[in-house]
Amino acid sequence: MPRVIFIEHNGTRHEVDATNGVSLMRAAVDHNVPGIDADCGGACACATCHVYVDGDWLAKTGARTEMEESMLSFAAATQENSRLSCQIDMNDALDGIVLRLPEGQH
Amino acid sequence: MNAPTHDAELQALAREEAFSMPIEEIDVSKPRLFQEDTIGHYFARLRRDDPVHFFENQFYGRFWSVTRYQDIMAVDTNHGVYSSDWTQGGIALFNAPNPEQRLQMFIAMDPPKHDEQRKAVSPIVAPANLASMESTIRARTAKVLDELPRNEEFNWVQRVSIELTTQMLATLFDFPFEDRKLLTWWSDVATSVPEVDGLVESQEARLAELGKMLAYFTKLWNERVNAPPSNDLVSMLAHNPATRHMSPMEYMGNLTLLIVGGNDTTRNSMTGGLLAMSRYPDEWAKLRANPKLVDSMVPEIIRWQTPLPMMRRTALQDVELGGKKILKGDKVVMWYLSGNRDETMIDNPDAFIIDRPRPRQHLSFGFGIHRCVGNRLAELQLKILWEEILKRFPVIEVTSEPKRLLSNFVRGISDMQVRIPG
Repeated sequence: MPRVIFIEHNGTRHEVDATNGVSLMRAAVDHNVPGIDADCGGACACATCHVYVDGDWLAKTGARTEMEESMLSFAAATQENSRLSCQIDMNDALDGIVLRLPEGQH
Repeated sequence: MNAPTHDAELQALAREEAFSMPIEEIDVSKPRLFQEDTIGHYFARLRRDDPVHFFENQFYGRFWSVTRYQDIMAVDTNHGVYSSDWTQGGIALFNAPNPEQRLQMFIAMDPPKHDEQRKAVSPIVAPANLASMESTIRARTAKVLDELPRNEEFNWVQRVSIELTTQMLATLFDFPFEDRKLLTWWSDVATSVPEVDGLVESQEARLAELGKMLAYFTKLWNERVNAPPSNDLVSMLAHNPATRHMSPMEYMGNLTLLIVGGNDTTRNSMTGGLLAMSRYPDEWAKLRANPKLVDSMVPEIIRWQTPLPMMRRTALQDVELGGKKILKGDKVVMWYLSGNRDETMIDNPDAFIIDRPRPRQHLSFGFGIHRCVGNRLAELQLKILWEEILKRFPVIEVTSEPKRLLSNFVRGISDMQVRIPG
């Protein structure tokens, strides 16, 4: 099973299983990774599963949709590598992806 | 906490009516149903038999009621089709026929202007800023609770809910603290529909009161626009390139939005939370045994109360929703209160349960680009309130039935008598 690595804002590391075709947000929620709130349940409608995609992984996650851009523009402390983790589905190429969490979901 | 009897007979009669009357006669916009708190039965009928429901009345004209969670989500996330813009009529069921009487606030704007103006104020509730406000909120909450009378009845709404939310608003605007009761008054005026609630005489009188608000805040603006930027909403609006050249009507509209957004909502969740505890004493016992449940209880309070029961949109084109054909220009009402009771999305939705597995999946803040900007601050205020209550009061008795507002826009409680033994 492919793995995702979430690193909390305080540095705590969580390495969890993910399922191909299922969102990285879901992997976090299913494994109780703190710091991913996912209020809307994956509809790209709340920006509370905001992550920073580490290094070269970003290019492999694809492009943001227009709705994701809109929602991210209201999140706090966004960066070039900001994504909503509900909008990235797991696949073999993302095995081992590293996602860092912001200070808070807002 | 002991529970006064919820009027069982009234509820039973309403349920019987809701499930027996011809479906096309159901009008869920009637403010009386909210005041009696019988509205839930009519929503239950609609969710079952006519989830996207048409009605037309003299006051509101044609409008569609969207009552299921997923349909509400579909409307709220499709801002390209379902407009919030004040030029189309805005976000409330009633809109003044004369556009000059409509509030120009970013909640009632579509992109791109909405986005620009919202971004001017959203830093006020950024994570770091919230953290810096926590100790102030806690100290004030402690003081308000410590000063409550013992062994006598008092109105929780006035002494706790209004006091705490008004103090918070004064801080967010850096508003003169001694005048803070004006903020409460303006908030009440702003959400008033004079023809329904009679709080002020007419739409003209309502706008005149809001004009006084504008005059007061223009003074603050003038002080701050020439001072270095500071961390309050007036200064943020005065210094941000997207908002510093707003027209007076836009300034008035956005002030109204920020005042109402920070006031009615949290106020009624503060009251509703205590009401919920009195109706579900086992949940209070659960919380006392495990205070960490405050974290999941807070979103559950906000779901259960749903202080803003609806938001309205206007269809910009003909569109199909739930098998119904909505016409360009029709009003479309998302009944968050109904979606938050949708039994296909939330188990046992009428019940108040403080340890639900996914408590944040509720509609009270809306979803999409207009999602409540202050949601995390509201949660923080409620969390601190309940943490401080837990430290002090093993029992708060609710001794009266709550008096509810005659309003379909704010699910509010104006009076709820309580008594704290000790």
